Amino acid sequence: MILYLLRRMFLLAFVFIALSIFAFSLGYLFPGEPLQNFTGLRHISAEQLPLLQQEYRMEQGYIAQYLAYLGRIFSGNWALSFSSQQPLLQEMQMLMPATLELASYALLISFFIGIPIGIIAAIKPEGTLSKLISAVAVAGYSIPVFWWALLLIMLFSLALGWLPTAGRIGVLYEINHVTGFMLPDILLSGTAHRQEAMLNALRHLLLPTIVLATFPTTVMIRFTRDAMLDVWEQSYIKTARAKGLNRGQVLYRHALRNALLPVIRQIGLQFSTLITLAMITEVIFSWPGIGRWLIDSIYQRNYPAIQAGLLVISTLVITVNMLTEILHTVFNPLARKR
Amino acid sequence: MKPNHGHMSLYGFNRCTMSLLVCSISLLSGCKPPLPDTVRSGLVYCSEGSPETFNPQLVTSGTTIDAISQQLYDRLLEIDADTGELVPALAKSWQVSADGKTYLFTLRDDVQFHQTEYFSPSRPLQAEDVVFTFNRIMQRNHPFHRQGGGNYPFFQSVDWADLVDSVTADTPHQVRFKLSRPDSSFLSNIATDFAAILSAEYGALLVKSGQLSRMDSHPIGTGPFRFKEYQKDVLIRYYRHRNYWREPAKPEQLVFDIVPNNARRMAKLFTHECDVVAFPRVAELGLISKRPDVDVQESTSMNIGFWAFNTAKPPFDQVKVRQALAHAINRDAILQAVYFGHATAADSVLPPTSWAYNPNLAVQQYDPVKAKALLTEAGYPDGFSMDIWAMPVQRLYNPNALKMAELMQADLAQIGVRASIVSYEWNSFRRKLGSYEHDSVLIGWSADNADPDNFFRPLLSCSAALTGSNRANWCDETFDNLISQALLTADQKQRRSYYMAAQQYLAEQMPLLSIAHSQRFQAISSDIKGVRINPYGGIALANAVKDVK
Repeated sequence: MILYLLRRMFLLAFVFIALSIFAFSLGYLFPGEPLQNFTGLRHISAEQLPLLQQEYRMEQGYIAQYLAYLGRIFSGNWALSFSSQQPLLQEMQMLMPATLELASYALLISFFIGIPIGIIAAIKPEGTLSKLISAVAVAGYSIPVFWWALLLIMLFSLALGWLPTAGRIGVLYEINHVTGFMLPDILLSGTAHRQEAMLNALRHLLLPTIVLATFPTTVMIRFTRDAMLDVWEQSYIKTARAKGLNRGQVLYRHALRNALLPVIRQIGLQFSTLITLAMITEVIFSWPGIGRWLIDSIYQRNYPAIQAGLLVISTLVITVNMLTEILHTVFNPLARKR
Repeated sequence: MKPNHGHMSLYGFNRCTMSLLVCSISLLSGCKPPLPDTVRSGLVYCSEGSPETFNPQLVTSGTTIDAISQQLYDRLLEIDADTGELVPALAKSWQVSADGKTYLFTLRDDVQFHQTEYFSPSRPLQAEDVVFTFNRIMQRNHPFHRQGGGNYPFFQSVDWADLVDSVTADTPHQVRFKLSRPDSSFLSNIATDFAAILSAEYGALLVKSGQLSRMDSHPIGTGPFRFKEYQKDVLIRYYRHRNYWREPAKPEQLVFDIVPNNARRMAKLFTHECDVVAFPRVAELGLISKRPDVDVQESTSMNIGFWAFNTAKPPFDQVKVRQALAHAINRDAILQAVYFGHATAADSVLPPTSWAYNPNLAVQQYDPVKAKALLTEAGYPDGFSMDIWAMPVQRLYNPNALKMAELMQADLAQIGVRASIVSYEWNSFRRKLGSYEHDSVLIGWSADNADPDNFFRPLLSCSAALTGSNRANWCDETFDNLISQALLTADQKQRRSYYMAAQQYLAEQMPLLSIAHSQRFQAISSDIKGVRINPYGGIALANAVKDVK
């Protein structure tokens, strides 16, 4: 097992190096002065220039520059954003929790709704209910996320006026940034109107979460259903049934555990899709997260931000992929042998 | 017959889920608590963009001025929104010397600066603050002069550095302005949103701590609201200034929610996430006014959209040709198609709300026959070819210059003038205009203050022709004399007569065809009272009251 973990770690390190080389080379590939792209300074004065050139080792070869770049990444001394002239690391630390909050609620929903529904659909695969679930799942799987979001906004916000259209919380509530996660922050904040603020934040959260959860939920449904059907055909299930266990016992003890293995693996694979969808969702609901920030940066030709954003998001995706793989292996001894 | 149990249970299940759904939805929305305090006592204004700075001296952009000027600051004088007259504000009285070159302002002694997390004032407003404020603009060695680039666009446009010799404090409550020449628009300029008064004490503190740039990013003023936080492209948060020298602001909290997207701003108005919405799209006004929970406010702003001829280029150097072109244009059609009826036809460059407006001008008639006759008289019986430059951006005074140009193209074809439409990217457009490469151009002007001079000197004077901002490239001695004479006298009656004559002269010479004064709009939740559009400047929100339901 330790050997396996080490192997994975090595792989992760290699992928990270490849990514960082790519991010580093963007400094040269983007238009403009590489030094500006690396520092994020819009205007470099004549006095600053030699100092910066030395600090960024611009005079030396690419390898020395790359090593300096890596050093800055690990020491937290990141570039400034072109548009705000604030350190990128700080900016991302402010924004990341908003995205993670949204994405994790969406993932939770997809588990707690997707898996049970998938099991229900697998119980009587030819039944009306199962067919209905499949139909809805296919529809949810194919619906473009931006269109779905707009439909929900049209219905719940504009026509019925029940839910707000944008943001994480009403702008009149002043909630200090402590953890960056809205709900805990509200609880930690000393405002007198905590309950109101909580309700308000939940109402803001509802539509984006539904929109973002739609795709992973339908994927969960389909995968759980297929995996269940697959396992149900296995001979050990038949043996268990023959030994006299009832349907529920077989389902819980033998079928579910084996069926969920491929589902765990799916989480990792779906994570990158989830992040992409989160970006679109954030843009539509003006959710102040990393995805919207990255898309704005692209519009604003904010090269240091694009560079750093790509590195962070791709590292995140790969790490999550790796973690789910490890999790999968922990649950599935067969995989360790491979 | 035996009832079908399967169906029954399915039906029952459905009903249950339905009611569950309804329950949960009503939990989220239906059981609205009586409007929370935070929401009831705060106001949300949805603006169309982020401010560039928090110091009004440094900008002329309407977005920035709307967001900062009236909320955070006060001026020595103010312009009464109804009458357009100057009224006392921070200065409770003022005297002008006989030669019109010295102004003495007496300040109120009960004006407090903002108390915030980053500054605690030790004293009320004094003459020193006024001196500090205006010296920043004029003195190159002022510690703050070069902050934010050292550009003071409004003050540069009125030639401030040349006009004002010195600003001095006579006593702690008296400020003396010495001018190099009489200028009757001086007081109006002092009353614009750009002439906000800053705190000298705060300035000294920043100099000591070496954080000069905070002057313009963490503002301290005397206005009805104090600064709390600004998240770029997200929001600006202000709180009520408790020691405000007038009646304290009605809203406890004021938030500028920055929503650049038009449709999204409208959506936020309909869901009541915004109380007031800036610049609804003119094409959507019909839709908005149908809703009972939203009102549309409008006001004729101090602006003019016009068609300027390059009077230095033949054949536009002939008055008859310019008149012929003016008669060929069907202005009513333009008002409908371009402004959707939300503009008044312009007879003069001055809007009818100005005190110097000349109501006796002959209305420009749409008369192709007369136009054709004038062209023949001028020696162009078969017409000619020309360019119409249409500005590529949308402005209040001309929401769609390209469409306007197309309409005019068709009108001109009737009198045999073959017009082609030209447009460039906005920056190169203005550069090429400045070097007078155009035959004619569709553009306009928004005034910064109520003074009529603001419509004449920057637009049509010889000095404007030299600097390239005179779109008609028109330098006429008679006209220049009239408007300079008007500036040298302080007697309003006499000034008016000069401006009347100037407008009459413009109508005869026709260096440009005035097209329309457009209205400014804002959409507002019907439970908000006390907000109106100020025709002379930024929006003021201190008196907004939310009707408690």
